[in-house]
Amino acid sequence: MKSLIDILDLTTAEIDELIQTACDIIEHPQKYSESCKGKKLATLFFEPSTRTRLSFEAAMYELGGNVIGFSEANSSSAAKGESVADTAQVISCYADIIAMRHPKEGAAYVAAQNASIPVINAGDGGHCHPTQTLTDLLTIYREKGRFENLTVGLCGDLKFGRTVHSLINALSRYSGIKIVLISPEELKLPSYVKKDILQKNHIPYEQTTDLQAALPQLDILYMTRVQRERFFNEEDYLRLKDSYILEPKKLQKAKSDLCIMHPLPRVNEISVAVDKDPRACYFKQVLYGKFIRMALILKLLEEAGK
Amino acid sequence: MKIDSIQNGAVIDHITAGNAMRLYQLLGLDRLDCSVAIIKNVNSGKMGKKDMIKIDADIPLDFDVIGFVDPGATVNIIKDEQLVEKRTIQMPEKLTNVIRCKNPRCITSVEQELDQIFKLTDRENKVYRCIYCETKAGI
Repeated sequence: MKSLIDILDLTTAEIDELIQTACDIIEHPQKYSESCKGKKLATLFFEPSTRTRLSFEAAMYELGGNVIGFSEANSSSAAKGESVADTAQVISCYADIIAMRHPKEGAAYVAAQNASIPVINAGDGGHCHPTQTLTDLLTIYREKGRFENLTVGLCGDLKFGRTVHSLINALSRYSGIKIVLISPEELKLPSYVKKDILQKNHIPYEQTTDLQAALPQLDILYMTRVQRERFFNEEDYLRLKDSYILEPKKLQKAKSDLCIMHPLPRVNEISVAVDKDPRACYFKQVLYGKFIRMALILKLLEEAGK
Repeated sequence: MKIDSIQNGAVIDHITAGNAMRLYQLLGLDRLDCSVAIIKNVNSGKMGKKDMIKIDADIPLDFDVIGFVDPGATVNIIKDEQLVEKRTIQMPEKLTNVIRCKNPRCITSVEQELDQIFKLTDRENKVYRCIYCETKAGI
């Protein structure tokens, strides 16, 4: 593994290794506090994403490394018309590893093809966001202790939500997984995802529009935001954005060890009253995101050094 | 209808009926000065109907393009009016700069100097995907 562009670039053994490293970092943070001393992470954010960028930066600082970079395309040479390929080659002269966010799909792949240092895809448009999926996997592992034999409910925007597609893809490689797809008709999981991932891997799944009825069987509930930027039509967005709101009363019949996740930021799909519920894991998920990014940076720098 | 026999050139045969024009365009045959005949809806024992293209010039053909559009096609190479070689066509693993990605969100839509590369991801269903954004290619 030289770079990480797509979650499917990783074998399950490599994911397991990253999860184990992240768990070890959580248990023994001091052991890793100088692991990246003298190394530089370049955060190349061609579109703003404060959360992901700060997570990468915090991860590198906690490993004892340094961070350079930019947080929007206007403050980079892209504004002067520089190609992604050229930017990747230039930054390779300054840094040891790149975390890149770009609005165009495939941009991270182009960077990885041209950089001489590892590239981590921190999101390329609606295409891939592998560190979000790794974050989700670490959260599931830490909260449930396993990936096998889980009933996972995915709720909200299943049509445009790339985190959902990637998570389904990653979970499809484990045994005993059952998927429950909860969404309005307009935002159902695309048929190609059902065909290419769920049916191909013989993953049992059911589709429903009723969140409350689906809740009692779930081990994991993954809520998603209905994203304004994915709609071409404002009217459709306004009509659908409040379709599925999780409130304490809906959780009455849910399992006591349910794990509620959300990639954040939330708009109003999870009521703030749910935050106090011990089953709410979405803020822990943010913390796990930093730890898995630390594990990934370590792994890629180690591979690059070989 | 009479089409003269070929002196030196190639006959692309067993093209699925309806595919000849697409092949003509992707092979760049519209840019040739020699005689090129597109014969559509020829009766065929095996295929019912088929298309054919006859090219009366010894030009290099891109077999990857033919394999992408119609892997069932065959190519007969003609020299001095004699059939000297009959080639069956394979689907190529990779297509470079033959078709363009139609996804407006793909990096190739803004960085024009990038090669347009598609990879065969599902041989059974003839699915090619853009290597950058994984959008399915339309034939």
